[in-house]
Amino acid sequence: MNNLIKGEKYEWEMVIGLEIHAQVKSNSKLFSSSSTKFGSSPNSQVSLVDAAMPGMLPVINKYCVEQAVKTGIGLNAKINNYSVFDRKNYFYADLPQGYQISQYKYPIVGEGKVTIDFKDGTSKDISIVRLHLEQDAGKSLHDQNPSKTYVDLNRSGVALMEIVSEPDIRTPDEAGMYLSKIRSILMYLNTCDGNMQEGSLRADVNISVRKPGDQYGTRCEIKNLNSIKFIKQAINYEAKRQIEILESGGSIEQNTMLFNTSTGKTRPMRNKEEAHDYRYFPDPDLLPLEISQEEIEKIKLSIPELPDELKNKFIDTYKLSNYDASVLTAEKQTSDYFNKSINSDPELKNHAKIVVNWITSELFSLLKKNNLNLNNSPVSPENLGQLIKLISNNEISGKIAKDVLEVMFSTGKTARQIVDEKGLQQVTDQGEIEKVIDEVISDNPNMVKEYLDGKDKLLGFFVGQAMKKTKGKANPKILNDILKNKLNKEN
Amino acid sequence: MPKPSLKQTLNDLDTKKISIRELNQDYLKKIKKKVNLNIFIHFSEENVLKQIDNLEKDNSTKKLKGIPIAIKDLFCTKSMPTTAASKILENFNPTYESFVTQKLLDEGSIFVGKTNLDEFAMGSATNTSFFGNTINPLSKENEPLAPGGSSGGSAAAVAADLCLGATGTDTGGSIRQPASFCGVVGIKPTYGLCSRWGIAAFASSLDQAGIFSHNVEDASILLQSIAGFDHRDSTSAKVDIPNYFENLDDDLNGKTVGIPKEYSIDGTPIEISQIWEDAIKVLEKKGVKIKNISLPHTKYALPTYYIIAPAEASSNLARYDGVKYGFRSEEVDSLDEMYENTRAQGFGREVKRRILIGTYVLSAGYYDAYYLKAQKVRKLIADDFNKAFKECDFIVTPTAPSAAFPLNEKQNDPIKMYLNDVFTVPASLAGLPGISIPFGKDENNLPLGIQILGKHFDEQQVFNTALCLERSYE
Repeated sequence: MNNLIKGEKYEWEMVIGLEIHAQVKSNSKLFSSSSTKFGSSPNSQVSLVDAAMPGMLPVINKYCVEQAVKTGIGLNAKINNYSVFDRKNYFYADLPQGYQISQYKYPIVGEGKVTIDFKDGTSKDISIVRLHLEQDAGKSLHDQNPSKTYVDLNRSGVALMEIVSEPDIRTPDEAGMYLSKIRSILMYLNTCDGNMQEGSLRADVNISVRKPGDQYGTRCEIKNLNSIKFIKQAINYEAKRQIEILESGGSIEQNTMLFNTSTGKTRPMRNKEEAHDYRYFPDPDLLPLEISQEEIEKIKLSIPELPDELKNKFIDTYKLSNYDASVLTAEKQTSDYFNKSINSDPELKNHAKIVVNWITSELFSLLKKNNLNLNNSPVSPENLGQLIKLISNNEISGKIAKDVLEVMFSTGKTARQIVDEKGLQQVTDQGEIEKVIDEVISDNPNMVKEYLDGKDKLLGFFVGQAMKKTKGKANPKILNDILKNKLNKEN
Repeated sequence: MPKPSLKQTLNDLDTKKISIRELNQDYLKKIKKKVNLNIFIHFSEENVLKQIDNLEKDNSTKKLKGIPIAIKDLFCTKSMPTTAASKILENFNPTYESFVTQKLLDEGSIFVGKTNLDEFAMGSATNTSFFGNTINPLSKENEPLAPGGSSGGSAAAVAADLCLGATGTDTGGSIRQPASFCGVVGIKPTYGLCSRWGIAAFASSLDQAGIFSHNVEDASILLQSIAGFDHRDSTSAKVDIPNYFENLDDDLNGKTVGIPKEYSIDGTPIEISQIWEDAIKVLEKKGVKIKNISLPHTKYALPTYYIIAPAEASSNLARYDGVKYGFRSEEVDSLDEMYENTRAQGFGREVKRRILIGTYVLSAGYYDAYYLKAQKVRKLIADDFNKAFKECDFIVTPTAPSAAFPLNEKQNDPIKMYLNDVFTVPASLAGLPGISIPFGKDENNLPLGIQILGKHFDEQQVFNTALCLERSYE
């Protein structure tokens, strides 16, 4: 695969690494018992600790630690038995303590890796450097008052996992796939709700460009991107910007950039000289975090089947392609739906590919049109299974099945109900079909002649006419066979 | 006049020799007479009377019912403002009660007021307070003396008998040194014995609450009241708290005292060396074996302390930014300016000095040379004590290198001021319990203190030794 992009003069390779900030799914914050519920009225979920009142002390939330360990296991990573919380010191209005409690030298999770799968069936490993736990900051609201900034501390102290990748990513698509894969794993593990719109998952992107084979170039970091679309846009823009500078003889300044979602452009926020000196040091209010091997083993037992395992299982059991299986397992709700659907009838196991297609194309497009998702789909997996069984048994054609699905979607009725009510069963009776074909042939003598003169394409016309007469219910294979037979006899 | 005693007062209250109201009204009178000493940052007669009213309605038995206690103004209290002696918290009223003060309230004690201290407990003379100096009650007229610091207000409150006990905090000597200067008993327990929850932080890995009292017995009673595990402080220790008072035993026969040679420092006044020798002689007479020990890293303790404590302080005090509570400068055009002006105007010189030192030693490129190295030395200092305690049961040293000095003597020489902590800082770095008791006087008749250090959580031995020395001195 050629991952290079063309500049004016040379071809360039992007080198990309992601720092993903995933909000830990937990009812309370990392160091206080305040609620983490999203969308509550400003400053309604703020404890004395979150507001950094004098003399208040952090106490670690063990559940968040377990969630981080769980995530580490899901990322095939090393869990560190000993880790340390450090203070990252800087001033900002929505950072009440004047420091963020994070992990610097000794993170809770070490090296790991995840695999991303391409459409062409190949896959690639992206290495993970580390995962550490840290507190989120509050929110500064600049748009509520022309001359004032308001601060909402509801988010202050919420637990985040920062997942840092190696610079193994080479294209914007890979970056998107990597983020999707991480999101998928976290959601299977139930350690993050994966909601990017609410900011539960966001990423900082480090990017540099180089000529193939060269050393890494100077990188820039684009902060706080909260959708895959923006990540790709930002990478594309930033890579182009860097290439233009380099090709015109300039050099890249190591900057922290902001991405403007309405212009699609990045702009520098601060340069290396202006970079904060965070003065990390171990937080003296907290003891080092020690996790025994037994605790880790116990957490391992609670790990559900993860997308990659499930993917391999689907490939083995149902002979699906790597790509189909990875699409199916990308979201837990999809694989759950597939499992329920295919297990609703023993015969469906032999038609797995059809089940996949009906879920990922027909049903997905209906859901998307109606702004729904699989979790609130009006068509249950069992009912979809029934529909597919009707197709595979030749009771209805694929074309009619599409209409049936739409009715199922809008009425909630079962496929069988709809087919029976509307009399949509396929016509498989040879005699009946022959009768229709005879009519079509006698109605269109000229066309028959043209066909016989070699215009093979007209076969479709006759099929169409015959289908029209049967209201689409004729079994297409039988119809085709008889039609060819009869036309050839005309000769 | 008999010496004031919390223990005796409890008996008198019990036998109805005196009522809670009479007792506290006496103390109110005394407090009002001594306003010139500037001992209290906050004092409200009304508040005290309200507490008396409430206790009179309360029929339950409580261990310290009606006992007047002074609270260092670093402990957050619901019924009184909390300032940390800083302009930046000038009008701060906590909605919560610190662990230590809550325990004292639960026992039925009466808070007479909030005592003065060095701003955010940074100082050794109670002269960095935004609310002015506290004057040592032992001062002669026209010769005001420093009460020591940082808990100088609490030490002075006990010395002037304006309460029967007071809370303090000790980070590098802030209980023991003022106890020595004011001629009272002051104990800093083992790090982790009393929860730090609700105490405005100076240096988290060193801060520890403790007690000032008129005598060792009283200290043992009060310390038991404020000790105990608290799940809200991750560094709080899960240990059983013995009944120190019930277990008091001044029979030290067969015990071994360690005398560290490194605490004989050139230039120490002769009187200090003299009381140290006197104490050793007393112990010897009581059947205590004398063991000369070495704590070889002692000389590094002060520099180590003055790296670690400011480093932690620089971060702990970042929360005072004018955003959420406390003082905010009015003259601001931007967020950065708000921080700069608020902190420039809100903090005093010593606090700023320590924030600067702390920020410097944590900076990129200096961290390893200062902070990291200091942490390593701290470990060596702790190891020194661990080794020494294999050979002895407790250690006896002077508390401070001098008696109380004139109020403004060292104001402009921070290094000289820092040297006050030379005998107290090593035990702070090691997290060990230490007590200072008055033991002798200098040529000006000013009290001098002896320090007794014990093993981790062996406060009982510290009290027992202190009691033995106290009784022999009396």
